[in-house]
Amino acid sequence: MSKKVGPLDIYNLLPRTNCGRCGESTCMAFATKLIDGVYELEDCPPLFEDPKYAENLAKLKELTRPMVTYIDIGPKERAVRIGGKRVLYRHELTYHNPTAIAIDVSDDLSDDEIAKRAKEIDEFKLVRIGEELKLDLIAVRSVTGDPKRFSEVVKLVMENTQKPLVLCSFDPEVLEAGLAVAKDQKPLIYAVTEKNWKDVSDLALMYDCPLAVFVPNDLKKLRSLVNTLFEKGIEKVALDPGTFLGEGFKDTINNFTMIRKAARDGDKLLGNPLIGVPLISWTKPEAVPELTKWREAWMACALLLRFADMLIMHSYDVWVQLPLLTLRQNIYTDPRKPVAVEPGLRVVGNPDENAPVMFTTNFALTYFTVMSDVEKLDCYLLVIDTEGLGVDSAIAGRKLTADKVAEAIKESGVEQKVKHRKIIVPQLAARLKGEIEDLSGWEVIVGPRDSSGIPGFLQERWKP
Amino acid sequence: MSRKEEIEEEVNELGREWGKKLLELLEKYGAFELEGVEIEAEELNLDLRPSAATMAPIPVGFSITLSTGQTFYYSLAGAPAAAPPAPTAPPAPPKPKIEKIIEVEFTPPVTTYSRQIEVVPIGATKAEGGTRSKRLYVGGEKAPAFYLFEAEQPPPVIAMDVFDMPIPLAKPVKEHFKDVLDNPVEWARLEAEKFKADMISIHLVSTDPLTEGRPVDKAVKVVEELLQAVDVPIAVGVPGVPEIDHQILKKAAEIGEGERLVLNSANLDTDYIGIAEAAKKYGHVVIAFTAMDFNNQKRLNRELLNAGLPRDSLIMDPTTGALGYGIEYTFSYVERFRLAGLMGDEEVAFPISCATANAWGAREAWMKAPELGPRELRGPLWETVTALTVALAGADFFMMDHPAAIQTLRDFFSYMKSSVAAKAEEIAEWVSVKI
Ligand code: SF4
Repeated sequence: MSKKVGPLDIYNLLPRTNCGRCGESTCMAFATKLIDGVYELEDCPPLFEDPKYAENLAKLKELTRPMVTYIDIGPKERAVRIGGKRVLYRHELTYHNPTAIAIDVSDDLSDDEIAKRAKEIDEFKLVRIGEELKLDLIAVRSVTGDPKRFSEVVKLVMENTQKPLVLCSFDPEVLEAGLAVAKDQKPLIYAVTEKNWKDVSDLALMYDCPLAVFVPNDLKKLRSLVNTLFEKGIEKVALDPGTFLGEGFKDTINNFTMIRKAARDGDKLLGNPLIGVPLISWTKPEAVPELTKWREAWMACALLLRFADMLIMHSYDVWVQLPLLTLRQNIYTDPRKPVAVEPGLRVVGNPDENAPVMFTTNFALTYFTVMSDVEKLDCYLLVIDTEGLGVDSAIAGRKLTADKVAEAIKESGVEQKVKHRKIIVPQLAARLKGEIEDLSGWEVIVGPRDSSGIPGFLQERWKP
Repeated sequence: MSRKEEIEEEVNELGREWGKKLLELLEKYGAFELEGVEIEAEELNLDLRPSAATMAPIPVGFSITLSTGQTFYYSLAGAPAAAPPAPTAPPAPPKPKIEKIIEVEFTPPVTTYSRQIEVVPIGATKAEGGTRSKRLYVGGEKAPAFYLFEAEQPPPVIAMDVFDMPIPLAKPVKEHFKDVLDNPVEWARLEAEKFKADMISIHLVSTDPLTEGRPVDKAVKVVEELLQAVDVPIAVGVPGVPEIDHQILKKAAEIGEGERLVLNSANLDTDYIGIAEAAKKYGHVVIAFTAMDFNNQKRLNRELLNAGLPRDSLIMDPTTGALGYGIEYTFSYVERFRLAGLMGDEEVAFPISCATANAWGAREAWMKAPELGPRELRGPLWETVTALTVALAGADFFMMDHPAAIQTLRDFFSYMKSSVAAKAEEIAEWVSVKI
């Protein structure tokens, strides 16, 4: 979307009926949030239903076209959206549509293995700072090259997962066999190539499914193929310029970067979602699987940072996925998110007059980490205003001082809430112990180094 | 054996095996004896919680709750199977007939930037007035990080950390240095000789009144000893106590005269002017440290330069948040600084330092948590990803701990220097590879 487009430009082209079907009470509110990327045009149904808006809709589409288009993989109610990026650099605006992670299931496995693998991928879930981290897609790969086997396996996978699918083969017959059973699932077809493009592009049109374009390490040919597909009337494409191992990874990083920057500069042929394939690590396995996974893991992280909108991987060991999913959770946050939270007293659970009192800083990360560690306890947590610094930098920078702590204790009113006069301080703030005691009259207990130790520490040491 | 013990046993075994292989194969520095991964029973609290059988659509599952309050949920039973798709006739085939690929051109989207990032030399050889065996250079970028179609990426400098007293270290790191933890000189020697460290970063944490409170004069002696013991360049780190930090760096500057040490670091709360003057007088490099604040970083850089610090003697450190603990702020600050520098903002056109070892502060890196996989792999991978993330944003100078993480970062940078084009055939049939 061009920087110059304001909410008013959008508003003027909307139905302006304030019908509320988008979930906003006014069209103006919708327009503002559309600009922020909260909504897409599809979220305003009247635009699409009433032919009298057709002309405005066309204008709106052009006006709101992101620098990278998006595609939806899967049936409407549980589609995974990839792409839709509006900026090149993260600090400009929130990156939209977190990189989707697809895990492969190949058709050379036994039926039992396939069912088990599909189920495990489906149910993979880690909880981190209150957010569920999951895998997004299953990529069914044709290893046998047998269309019949492929259709069986696609069916079997569908019986064991709710995740949308990617159908992987370069053979149009195999792809068609898969599409025949999965067409209502709107899978991503992987992939159209320079060799198979005529047949596979027909399949994409016939089954109305998004299409991945695979042209390794040749952006001129990649652009040409996309151009041809556009001419054929295929709109929903994703790009795979090839993920290479070792020294070849240079061209991968370089191609991803050139493609995204060209998109930023207005190249519509390259302004499509990007697919990285860390699974490539398994094409030349290391001596032990752990090292192949290690390489797959770091390549995936590098690609996620370098604009990949979707990744196809093989490993879903927790130690491989945890850093990647954490990185995704971190990078796809609002860059304007303040580093500081509101200071003050937090009542956690149902504390009584003997409940422990502790303090932390108002640096968002410190705060949320501590909160997630104490949320199951009954206690008072005093959040000190350190201007958004963590404990050690706040002490070094004189933003966390004994004065401040003493004052916060007084002002918080916690003295009326508990009978005791004991406060647990982070170990990194141990140097303030004496001074806090002198100034506040409270006894200072030095707590654990890491807040994950708090529950254990309280059990052992807390006596009001 | 209970299920819990079984899990522990399994993880012990895997941890030992994988840890060993990782070291042997990834680093090729010879085998290390790993101690077993012990799991203390009280750290784990397996909480098996099958859901009611009547609630059919909800998958049966269990969660693992660590005594630390973290809960990890796993599902055991299958999700309800997808309804088989209703058979419908495929829609009519497409209309336009196109027989040939319609060719178009591609031109790399090259930008010319108005400024080059400063090149900062570290360490001095005899010819340059010091005693180091080589001089390192950091910085010199002409384009954003790894925009390889615009400019080459200069190699990074990776310093390995040494502490001047035994400190709590994560187990996977400790394994490598357990015999030298109380001897910083031997520690540095091990890193320089065995792990081929580019340089050594000694942290004089013993001067903190909360540790030993060692007098500055005495603590700084270690720097002298290190200069004798190893021939790679050296960085000197402070405990982060403003009234002590500047004393250490001034003293180190004096005794390391001519060696082009890296003084780590000056910040707005200590006597940064004094540090800049000492660096100028004795010929060293200063790291300017701020806490994720664009304007403060500009101000500190400006004032250090105004105090006479030469432009080729400044490295910035806008604070490294670990993966999972603020790395997104670091990523965006580093990227912004680098872009601003290239676009012509001379106050921030400097190399950037990343205290990568902060990754070990993340509990995901060090914690014994078998359901998260062996920490022998998880830990160094956490440090690797932290380094890669900040590298892709634009950092040049890394202070790191784990040999496997360092090796992977080196590999990544060396791949990015390749002069041969990737061959399409290599991956043309990846889809059908048998794994
Ligand atoms: S659905 Fe469309 S017309 Fe209705 S309020 Fe929202 S934006 Fe306006």
